[in-house]
Amino acid sequence: MKALLQLNQIYKVFNEGTPDEKIALDHVNLTLEPGDFVTVIGSNGAGKSTLMNMISGKLVPDLGVIKIDGTDVTTVKEHKRSQFIGRVFQDPMAGTAPSMTIEENLALAYTRTKSRGLARGVSKKRREFFKEKLEILHLGLENRLQAKVGLLSGGERQALSLLMATFTEPKILLLDEHTAALDPSRAELITRLTKEIVEEFKLTTLMVTHNMEQALELGNRLIMMDKGQIIFQANEGQKNQLTVDKLLEEFQRIRGEKLSSDRTVLI
Amino acid sequence: MFTAIFGSVEAGAIYALMALGVYLSFRILDFPDLTVDGSFVTGAAVAAMLIIGGTNPFVATVAGFVAGFIAGCITGLLHTKGKINPLLSGILMMIALYSINLRIMGRSNISLLNQETLITQMTDFWKGLKIDDGIQALFNSIGLSAFVPKTWGILVIMLLLAFAVKALIDLFLKTDVGLAIRATGDNETMIRSFSANTDYLKVLGLGLSNGLVALSGALIGQYSGFSDVGMGIGMIVIGLASVIIGEAVFGAKSIVRATLAVIGGAILYRIIVALALRVEFLETGDMKLITAIIVVAALIIPKVIDWQRDKQKKRKRLLASKKNIKANEKSGESLAAIKSDI
Repeated sequence: MKALLQLNQIYKVFNEGTPDEKIALDHVNLTLEPGDFVTVIGSNGAGKSTLMNMISGKLVPDLGVIKIDGTDVTTVKEHKRSQFIGRVFQDPMAGTAPSMTIEENLALAYTRTKSRGLARGVSKKRREFFKEKLEILHLGLENRLQAKVGLLSGGERQALSLLMATFTEPKILLLDEHTAALDPSRAELITRLTKEIVEEFKLTTLMVTHNMEQALELGNRLIMMDKGQIIFQANEGQKNQLTVDKLLEEFQRIRGEKLSSDRTVLI
Repeated sequence: MFTAIFGSVEAGAIYALMALGVYLSFRILDFPDLTVDGSFVTGAAVAAMLIIGGTNPFVATVAGFVAGFIAGCITGLLHTKGKINPLLSGILMMIALYSINLRIMGRSNISLLNQETLITQMTDFWKGLKIDDGIQALFNSIGLSAFVPKTWGILVIMLLLAFAVKALIDLFLKTDVGLAIRATGDNETMIRSFSANTDYLKVLGLGLSNGLVALSGALIGQYSGFSDVGMGIGMIVIGLASVIIGEAVFGAKSIVRATLAVIGGAILYRIIVALALRVEFLETGDMKLITAIIVVAALIIPKVIDWQRDKQKKRKRLLASKKNIKANEKSGESLAAIKSDI
């Protein structure tokens, strides 16, 4: 099968040449096949967010090539690339425009792949379409189309963000700890919706999470990052065998080995 | 008195276009754009020079709009491409425009007296309609003939223009581009993740904003019969005053409501200034001070009102809870009485 997303030797260093120099991504390779749902785990500063920002185009790699659907997009600007990349952020406030209504927000998301002209943003036809899509969420938002998004709860806003990021069926969906800022019951709701939506639209997804259980529950592949490198990968078969304890063990083992090998270098 | 207020409504209707422009940058794009002080004069200067040169006044006024649009776009480019802070890019453009405006006019003041302008055309057109005579007769019949202004034409046409522009803005902000511009001011990260070029949207928004400001300047120049290089000083504050007063008095729940409020605010501002200038010890030179005080008042008074309301609410709740406690005590006593009975 042809790879949908290809990261080849991606290298990024911040504050180069200063005492704060930090290699955020150290020659990272990653390939996503169409329909893959990859969960990414790793400690703070492992390079997960930098990886997401590379794919979305917010950051440009110092070295390496990013290909989407076979096309080199390494230097394509963020706003152009986002035509085929859907994103949901950690902050529920980040994915929606608070002073605009639900239907206006959906209209903004709907025109992602189109050029925006002087056509009416929320036409009758579109409104029907939005209603239909909002019903997927089962939150009753389809009856509150004219409500300002700023009035919604964090969970509702995140659900709306998720829908807005996905209903135009982007080639790639990036989820950046999108349940981390929610209370457990809301996080569960969003996790369930994520599963349903990704399955319904058959989206190729990359999800960063701190929650190991979530990382195991969702997706068909799992990768673990540390210090700018992918240190562990599990494919579908291996992932099904994994548990949180095994994952922690694995993490400890790889880290431990790494540390000892470092020590041998030092000695 | 009546004439003074009438004049302020008339001027207010023209300044409303400027205020709508400020609303676009300040509220919709969330960009405090000081270009306004310069682009207002640019509009007036371009229109005045073209009119003196014999161009059709309508074309000259539209040219004023275009000049302002370009000025706004440059401010936008300074901010988006040059990565200069919004306030600073506006100030830089404002100061640059001062010299440019002098260049356009060739000297600091251009008189438009005895020229055919849009305003004289409007007055003539209105005269042809013979509506003034009817109004005059109406006022005569109620014995108020002394208070009647010479013509209603400018007032009516300018109000119509202000409302037409308001309607256009309302419609524009509901189109796909309009929504994207609003989202740019509301949540830039979000709209960028939906493939919008926020740089382009900001430039476009600032262009439109300053275009309106310049249009207002072009009309004010023709209305007052001159274009002066200093006529834009403090214009941004007047614009903000109109927006803030309007929102405080008329509310800003939706776009349609907010743009209406801005027009109302612009007229209200003129009335307040006209009334303030009638106070004996105030002079024309005190205008800017009055403006500053009005803006401060419009910003603070709503907060004080809210605070008072909160205080009252608290007091009520306190009283209610006291009553409850008393009631509880009573029922407690009666319970105790029952118990002792048993």
